[in-house]
Amino acid sequence: MQRKTSCAGSTATAVIFALFVVLLTILTVYYFAIKLWWFPDPINEIGREIDRQFYRTLVITGLVFVLSQLALAWVVVRYRDRGQRAHYSHGVGWMEITWTLATIILFIGLGVYAQFTWAKIHLDPPGPDPVEVEVIGEQFKWSFRYPGPDGKFGRYKPLEQVKRERAAGRRSDPWQLDPADPAGQDDIVLGPGSLMAVPANRQVQIILRSKDVIHSFFVRELRLKQDAVPGMVVPLRFTAEKPGDYELYCTELCGMGHHQMRTVLKVLSQADYEQWLRGQTATE
Amino acid sequence: MSTDAHAAHAAPTGFVRKYIFSTDHKVIGLQYYFLALLAAFVGLALSLLMRLRLAWPTMEFPLTGQMLPEQYLALMTMHGTIMVFFVLTTAPQSGFGNYILPIQIGAADMAFPVLNMLSFWFTFAAFVVLLAAFFVQGGAPISGWTGYAPLSAIGESAGPGLGMGQTLWIISIAIFCGASLMGALNFIATTVDLRARGLSLMRMPLTVWAWFITAIVALLAFGVLLAAGILLLLDRVAGTSFFIPGGLVVTEKLLPHEGGSPLLWQHLFWFFGHPEVYIAILPSMGIASHVLATFSRKPIFGYRAMVYAIATIGFLGFCVWGHHMFASGMSPYSAIAFSLLTMSIGVPSAIKTFNWLGTLWGGRIRFTTAMLFALGFVSLFVSGGVSGLFLAQTSVDQPLHDTPFVVGHFHLIMGVASIFGIFAATYYWFPKMFARHMNETIGKLHFWLTFAGVYVVFMPMHFMGLFGQPRRYPDLQALSFGSLLDPAHKFVSIAALVTGAAQLLFLFNLFWSMKKGAQAELNPWQATTLEWTVPSPPPHDNFGGRTPQVYRGPYEYSVPGETEDFVPQHLPASTVQAQGD
Amino acid sequence: MPGATLAEELRTANDRGGRPPAGDPGGRGDGWGGGGRAGTPRRAYYTGLVLGLGTILMFFLALVSAYIVRKGLGGDWRATQLPPVLWLNTGVLAASSVALEAARRSFRQGEAAGFARWWLAGLLLGIGFLAGQLVAWRQLAAQGVYLASNASSSFFYVFTAAHGLHLVGGLCALLYVAARGWSHLLRTDGLAAGMAAAYWHFMDGLWVFLLLLLYFGR
Repeated sequence: MQRKTSCAGSTATAVIFALFVVLLTILTVYYFAIKLWWFPDPINEIGREIDRQFYRTLVITGLVFVLSQLALAWVVVRYRDRGQRAHYSHGVGWMEITWTLATIILFIGLGVYAQFTWAKIHLDPPGPDPVEVEVIGEQFKWSFRYPGPDGKFGRYKPLEQVKRERAAGRRSDPWQLDPADPAGQDDIVLGPGSLMAVPANRQVQIILRSKDVIHSFFVRELRLKQDAVPGMVVPLRFTAEKPGDYELYCTELCGMGHHQMRTVLKVLSQADYEQWLRGQTATE
Repeated sequence: MSTDAHAAHAAPTGFVRKYIFSTDHKVIGLQYYFLALLAAFVGLALSLLMRLRLAWPTMEFPLTGQMLPEQYLALMTMHGTIMVFFVLTTAPQSGFGNYILPIQIGAADMAFPVLNMLSFWFTFAAFVVLLAAFFVQGGAPISGWTGYAPLSAIGESAGPGLGMGQTLWIISIAIFCGASLMGALNFIATTVDLRARGLSLMRMPLTVWAWFITAIVALLAFGVLLAAGILLLLDRVAGTSFFIPGGLVVTEKLLPHEGGSPLLWQHLFWFFGHPEVYIAILPSMGIASHVLATFSRKPIFGYRAMVYAIATIGFLGFCVWGHHMFASGMSPYSAIAFSLLTMSIGVPSAIKTFNWLGTLWGGRIRFTTAMLFALGFVSLFVSGGVSGLFLAQTSVDQPLHDTPFVVGHFHLIMGVASIFGIFAATYYWFPKMFARHMNETIGKLHFWLTFAGVYVVFMPMHFMGLFGQPRRYPDLQALSFGSLLDPAHKFVSIAALVTGAAQLLFLFNLFWSMKKGAQAELNPWQATTLEWTVPSPPPHDNFGGRTPQVYRGPYEYSVPGETEDFVPQHLPASTVQAQGD
Repeated sequence: MPGATLAEELRTANDRGGRPPAGDPGGRGDGWGGGGRAGTPRRAYYTGLVLGLGTILMFFLALVSAYIVRKGLGGDWRATQLPPVLWLNTGVLAASSVALEAARRSFRQGEAAGFARWWLAGLLLGIGFLAGQLVAWRQLAAQGVYLASNASSSFFYVFTAAHGLHLVGGLCALLYVAARGWSHLLRTDGLAAGMAAAYWHFMDGLWVFLLLLLYFGR
């Protein structure tokens, strides 16, 4: 009859392909099972929730992955050309409907479930007394500002004033505190390259800003990420449980020093935190 | 009858009209293909340089010494731009689509052959302009293929390459937009109006459907990118503030702009950008369907479902752009909507995967190189697709956004599965284009090395992302946990070098076979669609002045009661037992 | 024919010249003129035009959405007072569309001179519109309102410039029709004129939309 390829080659190829796909599947499952490189342990409840949703997703996608790859391996071997006539079929309607419905339920279900944690992160109102920290990104360092004993952040110099002062030849910056605002007198400003400390087991609300381009705040152990967008003021809340030092690094391309824009988030006991705060010089 | 058509269908004479400024869709298709091939090797080289930096950050390169971080970022930006635009948008759609689509629908050429020629040369011009960015002062831009503002908008003070380099990047993209829009218009008009008698929409090969839907997506998306690019250019050169907010201080200087929104750039860019990645994958899905049916000797399982699925993916692709922006500061409510819509795109994708498996099931599978790449495509599509389900969920995306988990995801889907579609198409249609076969032995070796290689290169990236490595870092030395990933990076880089080298096999095979490959018959794969009824290579007007007539669906393989295991589309119904569409 | 080889089938099918066998309506096929002579059917030009307009629409919609977003962003929106000449320009553009349609009516009635007059009138009115737009720009500049003056003015200039550039393209199409002359019109049954006019009307309508957006969005 027809075919161009010899039947003889097809068994070897089929088996090698199948073995390859099976090996890929086994290795992938194995490395995920042993957590080859993995998230560090989370230090907050939201982090644990995110992890739980991650694992749910891993199980479902893992199942889809394994079944699909193994099915591919199987059909390739089972239906290799051995001179048989192929089975003429344009499809099986009930199969189509079944797997479509199953996929819809699984995927949309997963998706809906994920939104609850998201809502907790971004839609829940702040708690009664969060510790507020302003986090300011610039090329290529992080700065921080604490509101000080009055609990209020002072205003920054209005832009018009900065422009006037610069036109008059004075050093003026939109990131200088407005001396006319008393709330800023006790603000604790930790300049570029500082580290950030927060107390454990208290809600922290960071307020993200940027001086120049988009940066992004990320701490692995918190599982939380938020862009610091110039022109915007974006809040993010978390409650860290475990004291320790955690890497805080920029996760939005901000220029040639992007890879060096990192510092440390220190989570301290309440007592240690207060001591740390006292040790910072209140400026401006 | 138009003058345009007359001029296009008189066979051209002279080297320039035949090969340079040709209006013949086949020549133009090959021009696109070879442009994409060049771009692919340039992009590949850039990525290998990136991988060298990641694995050995202090390595001294000959002539240039250690690679500076900004150089890495420039390589990265250009790698992404070249690969997404000049390879993945070009080869599967403009390359193969141009060559094959008119023939598969029984037409003598595209609807607008002169426009077709223009769209290629605009694409070529865009490529030249882009490459010029390497050679201007400051070099190529460093803001990524996504060019987020304000980094891309505020000029040299924010970093090297952000001056002339960034401007050239924008101009290149703008020219490319024009080229794509012209091409998309042509594809759609051709598919709508030039089909042969009997070729109803539901009898079109799935390749035609894929090119058609892709063209519609492109038509609607590229205009938005053009608008965004113009606004960005104005911010850069005309002092406007579309994307630049007030009060920015860069290197001590207070920038004069006020009131713009960086998020606006992201919305506009991703409104284009997400459909763009579907433009990159849809043609390869069509090619996979086509090749799988041919070499399983079976109709496509669930042809109608495949059509609806590809159309749904194309449509939903416009509704999900916000999933690139979950951490951006946009409304959390919008994020929820985008997240759910993105999860739902998984449904038609899954349907297609199951239907591919269903096509193979019960088949009579022949393992040509083209088929191996199509089978590899299915495996890679699954692998790349499932990681998308993590990223689509707002909460799960939090630790994964801007990590190599994302890089692994989109490389498996775009950078590999889509490329496998291009490879499958090459090995499959080569005999029609050049009347010769590509060497099957070298082809299979190319397949095995690449299939193994890409998994070894991109699977570990998922773990790097879980570990917390961020994207777009030239090295991880500053991070406290960075050095722990050193062995992973060295491993991946070595694998990338090997896999990259394996592509030379393909290059050799391609060019060698054009001259020395085994002679191919008219229809070497015993396939059913119209392109296999014309001579190899096809004459200028494809069908020798005649219009074919189509009598049945595109994948009538192994029809019961037939002596041959395939019934070509163009054979009259009276000679075969009609089995419906 | 049972037992025929593939080659024979091919020959027979092609010999039939693409006409369908009895009883098989198949899918499309109208407008080909039978016979198998390949070419771009007239219909495809209109498809192409619609698609082109679709893409132009997406381009402008992107700008419009940027405008709406930007306007909604902040209190620093300083409305751009629209120079009154813009309304005159709109009238001129509308008149040019009417003139083009009058020209097409002349063509359908076979009046070459009438066609030439009206088409020229449309063309001149189109140039008049563009000149009027430039006048509007100068008036704004005289008040110190430039492209980068503020967000509102930026969008004003971008919208008018983008529309104007597309209209220049339309002018080229009008010039092409004028240059090809009456005999070409007859030969192609007014295809180019129809398409140029349709494009022009679309630009006219788009302008009205943009003007209203700018007016109500002040």
